[in-house]
Amino acid sequence: MADVSFPPVSFDTHPSRYVHWVLSVEGAVATMTMRVQEDRPMWPGYELKLNSYDLSVDIELADAVQRLRFEHPEVRAVVVTGGYDKIFCAGANIRMLASSTHAFKVNFCKFTNETRCGIEDATTNSGQTWIAALNGTASGGGYELAEACQEIYLIDDGNSAVSLPEVPLLGVLPGTGGLTRLTDKRKVRRDMADLFCTKAEGFKARDAVKYRFVDGSFTRSKWAEGVKARAAAIVAAATPREATGFALPPVLPETTADGFAYRSVKVQIDPVARTAALTILAPTEAPSVGADTWSLRAWRELDDALLRLRFNYLDIGLVTVRAVGEAEAVLAHDVALDDGSWFATEVRFFQARVLRRLDNMAKSLFSILEPGNAFAGSLFEVVLASDRSYMLADDDGANRVRVTAASGGRFPMASGLSRLQARYPGTPELGVRVLCEDNWIDAARAEKLELVTATPDAIDWDDEVRIAVEERISLSPDALTGMEQNLRFGGPETCDNKIFGRLTAWQNWIFQRPNAVGERGALKMFGAPERAVFDYRRT
Amino acid sequence: MSINYDERIPNNVNLSSDKRLQRALETWQPAFLDWWKDVGPVGFQADDIYLRTAVSTAPGGWAQFGYTKMPDYRWGIFLSAPEEDRRIPSGDHAGEPVWQEVPGEYRNSLRRIIVTQADTEPASVEQQRWLGQTAPSLYDMRNLFQVNVEEGRHLWAMVYLLQAYFGKDGRDEADDLLARRSGDADKPRILDAFNQPCPDWLTFFCFTCFTDRDGKYQLGALAQSGFDPLSRTCNFMLIEEAHHLSVGEGGVERVLRRAAQLAKQDPNGDARNQGGIPVAMIQKWINYWFCYSIDLFGSEISTNAADFFAAGLKGRWNEAKDYTEHTALNQSYTLPMVKNGALTEGDVPLRNAMNDVLRQSYIKDTERVVKRWNQALEEEGSDERITLPNSRFFRRQGIYANLPFNPQGELITQAEFDAKISGWLPSDADRAYVTSLMTPCTAPGEMANWIAAPRKGIHGNPVEFEYVRHV
Repeated sequence: MADVSFPPVSFDTHPSRYVHWVLSVEGAVATMTMRVQEDRPMWPGYELKLNSYDLSVDIELADAVQRLRFEHPEVRAVVVTGGYDKIFCAGANIRMLASSTHAFKVNFCKFTNETRCGIEDATTNSGQTWIAALNGTASGGGYELAEACQEIYLIDDGNSAVSLPEVPLLGVLPGTGGLTRLTDKRKVRRDMADLFCTKAEGFKARDAVKYRFVDGSFTRSKWAEGVKARAAAIVAAATPREATGFALPPVLPETTADGFAYRSVKVQIDPVARTAALTILAPTEAPSVGADTWSLRAWRELDDALLRLRFNYLDIGLVTVRAVGEAEAVLAHDVALDDGSWFATEVRFFQARVLRRLDNMAKSLFSILEPGNAFAGSLFEVVLASDRSYMLADDDGANRVRVTAASGGRFPMASGLSRLQARYPGTPELGVRVLCEDNWIDAARAEKLELVTATPDAIDWDDEVRIAVEERISLSPDALTGMEQNLRFGGPETCDNKIFGRLTAWQNWIFQRPNAVGERGALKMFGAPERAVFDYRRT
Repeated sequence: MSINYDERIPNNVNLSSDKRLQRALETWQPAFLDWWKDVGPVGFQADDIYLRTAVSTAPGGWAQFGYTKMPDYRWGIFLSAPEEDRRIPSGDHAGEPVWQEVPGEYRNSLRRIIVTQADTEPASVEQQRWLGQTAPSLYDMRNLFQVNVEEGRHLWAMVYLLQAYFGKDGRDEADDLLARRSGDADKPRILDAFNQPCPDWLTFFCFTCFTDRDGKYQLGALAQSGFDPLSRTCNFMLIEEAHHLSVGEGGVERVLRRAAQLAKQDPNGDARNQGGIPVAMIQKWINYWFCYSIDLFGSEISTNAADFFAAGLKGRWNEAKDYTEHTALNQSYTLPMVKNGALTEGDVPLRNAMNDVLRQSYIKDTERVVKRWNQALEEEGSDERITLPNSRFFRRQGIYANLPFNPQGELITQAEFDAKISGWLPSDADRAYVTSLMTPCTAPGEMANWIAAPRKGIHGNPVEFEYVRHV
C-alpha cells in the first residue's frame, strides 16, 4: 500500500452484506460468528489467513455491536465465536500491518479499540453481555477481542490456546488493550502475565483457566452445550427487555463541491489550509422514537464524519466545529431522552460514545461559537471536547450557549469524568456553578465562568480566529497530537483511557522503531525468509 | 517405586546417574504402561511375541530378537553416536558448532517441533489397536506389534528429549502426550492423519507405507537439526522407521500380487469374485493415504518452515550431503498456484517453501515404491498399474486445500469433482467390502486369501514360524 493512496474507507455495511461475519439472533441470545474470507481483504496485497482481520473485518464487527443495541434491544447475551475448526482468530493480519503506513496502523488500532470498548459499553450499560466462545486458538488480537468480552471460554481439545505472541514473534505489543485488560480487567498476576506475553504459543485450557486468562473451558463434546448453557444462564440472570428494535438505515454522505455532507452534518475541506469545517445542524423536527430522530440520526452522521476525517483526510490537521440552528430544539431532543425508555438509554450511551470518538481525534479541534449557534445541552459537550473554543462577544448578547444537566455526567469521558469535571481540575466549584446556571450564557458570562477559551469582539473576531487557526496548523503535527492527547485526558487513569494512552505512548513508539519496522525489524521480517536483527540497546 | 534403570530401560544416555531424568521417568514410566494397557493393542498382551529389541547402538545392538510379552518390552532411550565437531548444517547459523543444550531463543519452537513429532508416535499405536484381532497371519500380526512397540519407543525417545532438556514445560508436555487420544472428540491427536481410523489391514499397510514415510522425512529433516540431541535421536529412530516402511510397502505389494493372482484365476478376471481386493480398489486406498500423508508436510508457503530453517532447527532431507549452499537465502522456489480460477506458476522465497521441498523429496521416494509395486504386478502377469495422484489432489492443508483437483492435478469444477470422487477414494461400500475380508488367521503359516505370503520370514525364520505364541 503506497503512502495514503488507498481508496477512501466507507464504514457503511449491513449484516446482509457482511463478508467476514455471520450475525444470528435467537431469542435473547445473539451469535457473532467470525468466518473471515481469506481472499477478500480490504485491499489487495495480503490474504486474511487463519481468521485474521483487517479494517474491513472490524468495520463489520463495529456495525454489529452498534446494531445489536438498536435493532435487537431484547438481546441479553452475545456469543462471539469462530466459524472455522480449530481456530478462533489469529488477530490483526500481519502482512497487512507490515505493509501499512504508520498513520493507517494507528487509525486502525484506534478504531479497533473503540469497537472493543463499545463491546464493554454494551455489556456494562445495556446489559448485552458479550461472551467469547473460543472454539480454537485465539492469538494476538483474537485474544484481545476475547478480553473485551465479559467472559471467555476456551475449548479444551489439547491443542487450542490463548496467546499474545506479539512480543516474541513480531517485536511489537498487543496494541488493542491486550496488556491493560490482563492486569486491570482480568486481574491476572503481573508475573503470570509476563510469562504469558513472552510465550508465543500461549496457554492451553488448563493453565489458561488456572491463571484466569479465561473463565472456563469445555471439552469438544461438551463445547456447544457448555457455551449455550452459559449464554442461557446470563440471559436468565439479566433483566429482560421486552422491546422491539428497529432497523438502522445506512448513513452515507453526499459528496459536495468542497467536502461531504449528511442531512444534519456537513464537512467542508480546505486542502490548502489543511483544515476542515464541521457543521452540525440543530434539529428542525420534533423528537420521535426511531432511527430518524435527530438525537440518533445526526449523531450517527457525526460519528461517520469523524471516522472519515480520520481515515480519508490525513492531511487535515485542524477541524473547526460549529453548531447551527435552534438551540431550543436541541434541548427539546435532549429532554425527550429523559424518559428512561430503552431507546432513550441507548441513544444517550451512543452519544457518549460519539463524544469519546471525538476526544480521540488526532486533529486539533476548535469550536467556533457565533450568533445563532446551537451549542446547548448535548451539543455543548462538543465545545467541552474541543482543544480551544472561540466565542464572539456580540453587543446584544444574542450569542449564547446553554449548559444543562446533560453535562453533569451523561457523557463520561474515558476517564470516567464528565467533560465539565475535566475542564476545571483546579476549580471544581466552577463546574458546579456552570451546572447550576440553568439559563442562557452569553459571551461575557462564559468568559467569567471560564467556559470558553477566548471571547473576541466583532472587530477582532475574524483576525483572532484566522490567526489562531493558521498558527496552529503550522506546528508539528506529531507534537500537536501528543500535546492534545496529554491535555485532553487529565484526571484519573481507567482501563479505557489506559488502553488508548498506552497505544499512543508505547505501541506507536515501538511501531516506529527500527527493531520493528527497520529493514531487518521483527514486524518487517515476519513471514520473510530472513530473521529479525535487533539493536539490543535498551531505551 | 524404585526402578533399576539400566536393566529396565536400555539406554546410552547415562540414565543411572541422571537424577533429574530418573525423577521424571519415575512418574512417566508407570503412566506410559497404563497408557499401553489402556489403548495399546487389544488382546495378545499376555502372549509371547517374537520381537526385536534395541539394547545398544553398537552394530547389531539395535536388533536383538526373542520372545517377549509386549508390556515387558524394554523400551529404551538411544541416541546415535555423537559426531565429532559436528556443525550446524543449515540456516543462519550454518557452520557454527551444534548446540548440546537448547538455546533459549529457540526453546518454544523446538518444543513445538518435538511435541508435534512425538504426538504421532502414540497416535498410531492407538489407531492400530484393534488390528491384531483380524491379522491375516501370525507373521503380519507380529509385524504389527513390532511397529507398535517401536512407535512406543519413539515416543520414549521424544519424551526423553522433553524431560531432559525442557524442564517443567517439557514434563507437562510429556504427560499430555499420554492424555490425547487418536480420534477422540475431546482430546484428539494434533495432526489430522493421526485421527483417522485404521479399521482394516489394507489401511494399516498404506498407513505404514505413506504416513510413516512422512515420519521418515520429518525425522530426516530433524536429523539435520542444530540441536544435537534431537539430531542424534532422530538418526537412531530412522533405522527403525525404515522397518515400518518395509512392512507397509511389502504389505501393499502382497495385496497387489494376490489381486493379480486371483484375477488370473477368475473366469471374468475379477479378483473380487475370488475374495480378493481388486487393484482398482487398492488404488483408492493409496490415493487416500498418500493425500493425507502429504498434508502432514504443512502448507506450501509457510512462515514457520522459514523460521525453523533459518534458526537451524530443521534442515532439508540429506541437507549436508545433497546441498552445497546451506543458507537458502536469496533463492526462490516455483510453485503452481491458483489465481483467478486457473493454475499459474509463482515464485516464493525458498525458505518459505521448505515444507514443499521436503514433500517433493518424499514424493520422489514414494514414486520409487510405486515403481516396485508395478514391477510386482508385471511379474504376476497383470496389466494393471498403480499411479500416484498428483500432490494437489484431495488436499486438506496448504494452498490447494479443498480445491477441486483431479488425481492428475488438473483443476476441474466442483460438480465434476463431487461426481467423480467415489471413483477416486474409498466409498462406504468399498470400506465395507474390505472390512468383510478381515477375518483372523492364527495358525502358523496360515495366510488370508486376499494377501500373498511374504517371500521370507523374519530374522532367518520361515514364514510358518510361530511368531505369536498364545499363552
